[in-house]
Amino acid sequence: MIDILAVLAIFCGLFFFLSGSIGLLRLPDIFSRLHALAKADNVGLAFIALGVIMLEPEILNNIKIVIIWLLVMAASALSSHLIARYTLRGRRGDD
Amino acid sequence: MIEILWFVFDIALVSLLLALGWATCATQDIKRAVTLFIALGLLLAIIWARLKAPDLALAEAVIGAGISGALLLSAIKDYPSSITETPRTPVMKGLINVFTLSSVILMSWAVWHGLGMSDGIRLSEQVVAQLPDSGVSNPVTAVLLNFRAYDTLLELAVVLTAVLTALTLNDRRRSDVVSSPLLQGMTHWLVPLLVVTSGYLLWVGAHAPGGAFQAGAMLAAAMILLQLAYPSKRVELNLYLLRMLLVIGILTFVLVGLWMLLRNGALLAYDPAWAGMLILIIEFMATLSIATALTLAYLGGRPAGWETVWEEGAQNKRTVSQHGGTA
Amino acid sequence: MISTQLLYALAGIGLFGIGLRATLLHQMLIPRLLALNVCGAGVFLIFIAIAYAGAESVADPVPQALVLTGIVVAVSATAMALALGRRLEALNDE
Repeated sequence: MIDILAVLAIFCGLFFFLSGSIGLLRLPDIFSRLHALAKADNVGLAFIALGVIMLEPEILNNIKIVIIWLLVMAASALSSHLIARYTLRGRRGDD
Repeated sequence: MIEILWFVFDIALVSLLLALGWATCATQDIKRAVTLFIALGLLLAIIWARLKAPDLALAEAVIGAGISGALLLSAIKDYPSSITETPRTPVMKGLINVFTLSSVILMSWAVWHGLGMSDGIRLSEQVVAQLPDSGVSNPVTAVLLNFRAYDTLLELAVVLTAVLTALTLNDRRRSDVVSSPLLQGMTHWLVPLLVVTSGYLLWVGAHAPGGAFQAGAMLAAAMILLQLAYPSKRVELNLYLLRMLLVIGILTFVLVGLWMLLRNGALLAYDPAWAGMLILIIEFMATLSIATALTLAYLGGRPAGWETVWEEGAQNKRTVSQHGGTA
Repeated sequence: MISTQLLYALAGIGLFGIGLRATLLHQMLIPRLLALNVCGAGVFLIFIAIAYAGAESVADPVPQALVLTGIVVAVSATAMALALGRRLEALNDE
């Protein structure tokens, strides 16, 4: 039962990653691409982390997985912010 | 069934790898090429993890994708953005294609036959047999720092040589990045976390995947993050300390090796009782050296005042002796 | 079906061929440097494919240690090549 739920969660995560990648390829503007990538990848990683946590028996590894998810979210938020800020400054001609 | 799933997974990884490699080499935009190269490094890290080489996965992610990517990204800042070069003549292109194709075919034939012969002597049995005497229980660390310690010593010398080249040729790259408050705020969280993780990787390398090179590169990544967050802050480093940090890895390694030569008759032949402690000391110093070396390589060259440190010291001595002589 | 070792070894050889061709075709420094690194990645893949011993048994640690050394040497060579390239640019500009 737990196995089926875990596989379902991982498939959900894969779907979100796929939609984020399609957004990266198909959306017109860099800001919309950043939005799609950051949002979809964060939720996708959350689902995959959930699936792995359901399969992993040891509690210490589960805590590490949650910390990894938080750090990846922080990194993706930070890099999206920096990319958007750089693009905006370039558009406005501030440099 | 499991076999087929693993095979499909392997085919997917391999085709993605080859596609990324081709795209990195064939693209005309230099920024895109560097970004694809970083992605290739991360895909390689996944492949190392699949092929049961977790130390390598860590090293590739930190060094191959992280540090290498940072070096390349900071180098292409004032580079022409598109690759403009005179294309090769068709004859030359044909020759290159023929040469590459024949080399690939030759290597494939060699690997096919080599993998088919299964009566080769594998050193892994000897490693497993000697592992309890080596002082660590991670076989890769044992091979790196005990059985083939000489190779690692020379590797540290290679790193030092590369950094010396960067230091003597160029000044520090002038940084015109504009930092953001979000980056500075997150750096307050990320840099201590990176330092602690680096220490953890260093310690855990004895019995689990990890080691000195991953830890050193992670420290260098923390320093690069600091440089990106506070680009205009000039920290007055003690340049003697910086020079000492650069060489302390290889110095410790050579001193331990010579001491073991005097004690046991062979270079770097550790006593089995001391091996764990010696390996930890060597790894710690090597971590400091590698972190300093990679950070200086990223900064692009020597910090301000590097080459005048000795002259200032000599001038001080001269004035002191003049005063002392005439007083 | 092809064995895992052979598959990844052939992939490594393919990657090496791609990098080799690009190294010979390009003339600017950084594309050539990227292609050389791709060559290096191919060689590392061949090593680790040979070291892989199946899903149950421990992989051979000696090629893995050699490739770890190789990764560090590759990044040092990249740093040195970039330093030399920067100096050459400065000299050419004068």
